[in-house]
Amino acid sequence: MSNQIAVSADKCIGCGLCFKACPFNAISMAERPTHPRKLKLAVIDMHTCTFCGACVDSCKNIGAITMIKDAPAVLDTDLSAYRGVWVYAEQRHGEISPVVYELLNEGAVLARKLSVPLSAVLIGDNIEAKAQDLIHHGADKVYLFDAPLFIEFQDDSYSDVLSHLIVEEKPEIVLMGATNIGRSFASRVAARIRTGLTADCTALDIDPTTRNLMQTRPAFGGNIMATILSPRHRPQMSTVRHKVFKPAVKDSSRTGTIIKKGVNTATIVNRTKFLGFIKDTTAKVNLSDADIIVSGGRGLGKTEGFTLIDELAEALGGAVGSSRAAVDAGWIPYSHQVGQTGRTVSPKIYFACGISGQIQHQVGMGSSEIIVAINKDPSCPMMKMATFAIEGDLYEVIPWIIKEIKKARGCQI
Amino acid sequence: MHIVVCIKQVPNTTNVQIDATTGTLKREGVEAIINPFDEYAIEEAIRLKERFGGKTTVITMGPPQAEQALRDTLARGIDNAILVSDRAFAGADTWATSYALAQAIRTLGDYDLIICGKQATDGDTAQVGPGVAEMLNIPHVAYVKKIEEASNGSMKVERMMEDGYDLIETPLPALITVVKEINTPRLPSLRGLMNAKKAQIPHWNAETIKAEKLNIGLTGSPTQVLKIFSPPLRPGGEMLQGSLEQVAEQLVAKLKNAQLI
Repeated sequence: MSNQIAVSADKCIGCGLCFKACPFNAISMAERPTHPRKLKLAVIDMHTCTFCGACVDSCKNIGAITMIKDAPAVLDTDLSAYRGVWVYAEQRHGEISPVVYELLNEGAVLARKLSVPLSAVLIGDNIEAKAQDLIHHGADKVYLFDAPLFIEFQDDSYSDVLSHLIVEEKPEIVLMGATNIGRSFASRVAARIRTGLTADCTALDIDPTTRNLMQTRPAFGGNIMATILSPRHRPQMSTVRHKVFKPAVKDSSRTGTIIKKGVNTATIVNRTKFLGFIKDTTAKVNLSDADIIVSGGRGLGKTEGFTLIDELAEALGGAVGSSRAAVDAGWIPYSHQVGQTGRTVSPKIYFACGISGQIQHQVGMGSSEIIVAINKDPSCPMMKMATFAIEGDLYEVIPWIIKEIKKARGCQI
Repeated sequence: MHIVVCIKQVPNTTNVQIDATTGTLKREGVEAIINPFDEYAIEEAIRLKERFGGKTTVITMGPPQAEQALRDTLARGIDNAILVSDRAFAGADTWATSYALAQAIRTLGDYDLIICGKQATDGDTAQVGPGVAEMLNIPHVAYVKKIEEASNGSMKVERMMEDGYDLIETPLPALITVVKEINTPRLPSLRGLMNAKKAQIPHWNAETIKAEKLNIGLTGSPTQVLKIFSPPLRPGGEMLQGSLEQVAEQLVAKLKNAQLI
């Protein structure tokens, strides 16, 4: 028996509401020349349909679409055996990644709603000192794996220890940062322990009756939001976007338990070899951590334009980003690209200088708190979506802004 | 060297417009294209074959229409294409998709390297590549921006990170997911297009790949969509007026008032 969804040809009036509502493009409107009123008929492509139910909702006044979902497969896990909220305390080069403090803050909220403790999992080499820091930021318990083998992140060895720990301790929720490490590593762990993983979440909540984690995330480049559940599996795993939640406030009086886990190097699978790290020297400030990003696009017209962008970024203490057009033109390396085929960022302020704001770029920066657009064309999409739009030549506007910032900074000192 | 590439068809968002009143995508006439990141995976596979010999196979899981995407890859120089298609796969999340692709690759037999795009532009999860590797019990490296060295038994790759890149050595067989920086994809050749037109593309169903019913489609998916909604519209902004000096002054004052600078 598989899931079924059907459109009643008698009831369908061809209004197209379901066609518009379907987030997966699974519905088409077919002509019906034989119909007495020539009304169109909604046709659902069964291969594309994910049975999300958006069309059923859109048709509730007409009731032409019916859906029967499979009875859930027999539960093979006792959900009540899983308790507690975990945060994976990602570290890079011995430093805790900033997203971890945000996860601790949000994890504490979830743990309170579930009346369970909040734990952190810390894997690294010579990292014990950081365990106390995690407790000061809200962890009740820290599972610590400290061994030379873990000095650098490798998917194999890290997945091995985290999967084993999850199977042993049975948490109900595991949160990880939606960083390059988190997204690669969480995928592997979820595949191994056969549980649900929701990527890049921007909102989390608990359904108090089922204890299900309601995970909300943008899809189709942020054009739709989806709330996802893993109702039959535990733990419920999510990677969470950086800068969505506020970081936990440090409280040095907090106490907690540090559980040092033994590491048996011989049994840990580690097929890859870490050979080295090469720092990106073109970026003074890391794009994903930056509170302020100044991006340049096609409107710069030349590679030298980034000197001005750099100057503004430096005045603001921000990072330098770019549109795809500027990267493709060879003006700046790919590591700076924001957008669909680049990075997704959500800073407090995003400056879009000479960027028209095609959908692919919007996808990467649309969740910024404040957007400042500088463009010659007042009607381009970026100028319309911007919080503050400035019409003009960026080569004339930016120097004035730098001047004003320096003036403002000068007053503060 | 046998290189397998996993691809996905996604809606083409290049020319998509946003409906100003509803803030949603205008979906009329949106065509399906190969996921942009998969283009780099396809190109890298062809380049490796040109250097080391062997063969390339591309796999996709999707509706029968996905055959067109597979023909596009043949036109560029991929040797074989397989469509994994069955109504029973409908509604698969990343876990069930990883499972089905891993089963299909097992059915292929020997392989040395699997290449995927870093993520698809519709779901944006980046979860299927690592998931396939785990289910095949082979190592993976995500976000690869360059293959520095490759031989029959191992490979040295650059893994793009937020602050630079890591240099990783992995034994083969392995799976890598690639980012845009790795190459510039070629266009199909005329001869390629001719061959692609004539090519027979096998269709594999759940039975062919020996998939367990409980692991595929919606039933095999741990995650379920509870609801889907449009994000709140961004409130309209403000066009700053006046001379450049006044505009700059206003902007800095506003940012300062919001305690952002």
